[in-house]
Amino acid sequence: MSDVSQREGAKREGKMSSLSRQQIGTVLAKQGILIAFVIFIVAFTIANPKFLSPDNLLSVVRSSAIIGVMALGVTFVVISGNLDLSVGSMMSFSTIVVLDLHDKIGPLLAIPTMFAMTLCLGAVIGFLVGYLKLNSLIVTLGMLSAIHGLTLTYSGGKNMDIADKEGTWFGFFGQGDILGIPVPILLFIALAAGLGMTLSRTPFGRKVYAVGGNGTAATFSGIPRARTVFYCYLISAACVATAGLIQASRSLGSQNTVGQGLELEVLAAVILGGASLLGGSGTIFKTVIGVLILGFIQNGLLLMGLQFYAQFVVTWIIIILAVWLDIAAKRGKLWSSFA
Amino acid sequence: MQPGALSKALKGGAIWGFIVLQLIFFSIAGEFLALSDKAFMDYENMLLLLKQSAPIGIIAMGMTIVMVNGNIDLSVGATFAIAAIILLGSMDMLTGTLGDVMVIPVAWFLALAVGTLLGALNGLIVWKTGVDAFIVTLGAMLGYRGIVFMFNGENPTSHLNWTLVDYAEAQFLGLHTATWFLAGVTLVLWFVMTRTVHGRNAYAIGNNREAAVNAGIRVGPHMMINFAIIGFLAALSAVVFYSESGSVNPNDGQLYELWVITAVVLGGTRITGGAGSVIGTLGGVIAIQLLRKGLGHIGADTSTVNLVIGLILIAVLFLDRQLNVKGKEELKI
Repeated sequence: MSDVSQREGAKREGKMSSLSRQQIGTVLAKQGILIAFVIFIVAFTIANPKFLSPDNLLSVVRSSAIIGVMALGVTFVVISGNLDLSVGSMMSFSTIVVLDLHDKIGPLLAIPTMFAMTLCLGAVIGFLVGYLKLNSLIVTLGMLSAIHGLTLTYSGGKNMDIADKEGTWFGFFGQGDILGIPVPILLFIALAAGLGMTLSRTPFGRKVYAVGGNGTAATFSGIPRARTVFYCYLISAACVATAGLIQASRSLGSQNTVGQGLELEVLAAVILGGASLLGGSGTIFKTVIGVLILGFIQNGLLLMGLQFYAQFVVTWIIIILAVWLDIAAKRGKLWSSFA
Repeated sequence: MQPGALSKALKGGAIWGFIVLQLIFFSIAGEFLALSDKAFMDYENMLLLLKQSAPIGIIAMGMTIVMVNGNIDLSVGATFAIAAIILLGSMDMLTGTLGDVMVIPVAWFLALAVGTLLGALNGLIVWKTGVDAFIVTLGAMLGYRGIVFMFNGENPTSHLNWTLVDYAEAQFLGLHTATWFLAGVTLVLWFVMTRTVHGRNAYAIGNNREAAVNAGIRVGPHMMINFAIIGFLAALSAVVFYSESGSVNPNDGQLYELWVITAVVLGGTRITGGAGSVIGTLGGVIAIQLLRKGLGHIGADTSTVNLVIGLILIAVLFLDRQLNVKGKEELKI
């Protein structure tokens, strides 16, 4: 009897050591994006010492803040197992609305009104995807087009401008700073901290992971799947409204296509951060890293003297490599098993 | 009647019924609201409609087979722009040595070859790495667009070849050249999807990838071939369109992927793969073009068109779901 148990113990030990090797692989895969991040920063710093100067770092984070804020909300949606392709056109909408209302009812009322209107759009999407269980890719694709139409109708196809650009405090959110740190960065940090805590420390956050990981199992465990998805889209809409506020306040005037195409950059940042499109995985912290990597690549390549558009090609390669290595680590081999 | 036959017939015919409804609506509404005196169902107008459907339509045929396969391609708009730049750029460079006429087949070949290669590259990555096609082609969309901008900055690339323009504007048996290309592509892909082993396997893979693998179907090469086809068709669409217009902006083709996917979904292709038809997609393409043209005819602007198309897409998705749920039994109305 003891012989058997000894043998089993030995067997288990053998398993343990192979498991720990596997664990090292998993850790490497999990932190791969962080390692890549560090490598990038070192490489760019060697190429151009100016890269690591505080001025440059601040300007990178500030220019990434708009994409970043939207990426925070989309992270919730992606973890819950859905997609949101409408954030770009929704951001155009909120930017145009807040600029228009600024001159009509004053900034103090315009901002909450804009938030309310954007949240309504988020609620519509949340209702369609959450409660009616429609495919989120197509719903948000349709909403992309519909909201774009709504924005054009609202603005009459014209660009929006604040009449009195000097006499308003509205520029604070995009141009102001507190203790030397630009407000967009502060907003980004505050939202990231708040939403990160929500996702990792509250029952709601755990429900989001559960719904995205296995929706059926979540339903059987008594988790309200529809309502959780609905709230995820509300959070996404709130983030979009914040991004629109920053955008409007930074330029105090805007075209009605200002957010066009941003949805895919946002999604790229979230995926780069390691959130799976199948749902159930990803964190706010990793999304922030994803956003910063995109921002630093853009900045670093410019400092190295490359063309502005080269960053897109580099982003393409990095996205595929990042996701590929992630998947390869999970399945334990590099190439797919398709014949 | 077979159970579910009615709902199947409803679904198959729905897009054509929708087209007829649109024709009736715009003809009647046009009588009261139209800015021009011409009737909406004017023969010339309908021919123009088919011609204008061609650029989106040709790509949509490729998207149908990729989506039947259970994949998606978001990079078609960027591939379209690259092919257009190759076409016009190579004509610009080679006209001096080859002459006005001989340069055409060379430029066409280059553009089509590049499009096919870019599509195949997507397919190869999806096959070999196992990364989801959505992510691969999302990345490619950024990357290919970056290449477009690196080629000529933000300047347009222009080259007018009058021989080609004459040819592109020609009408054969009443239809424009572009319309013939759309019809040809539709016919060939219809044949491929319904009459060949490759088509049958595409449905099988989209329906249940695991089962297809177990049945001995080589999933990877099939997906790669379909991506190569959609790359080729995106390039073909660019070749047909830019032969006539002769000038390409680096932003051209942006949001094409969204229009194309909208048309394919309207045409009844299932987003998760395994179901859909090329003929249905043709209906979807015509329906969208009809909507754009019809709304323009009764004096609505582009904003309304965007709004209506978005809402219709969602409505179709909802109706399709309802029909699918009830399709298991007889449809109850």
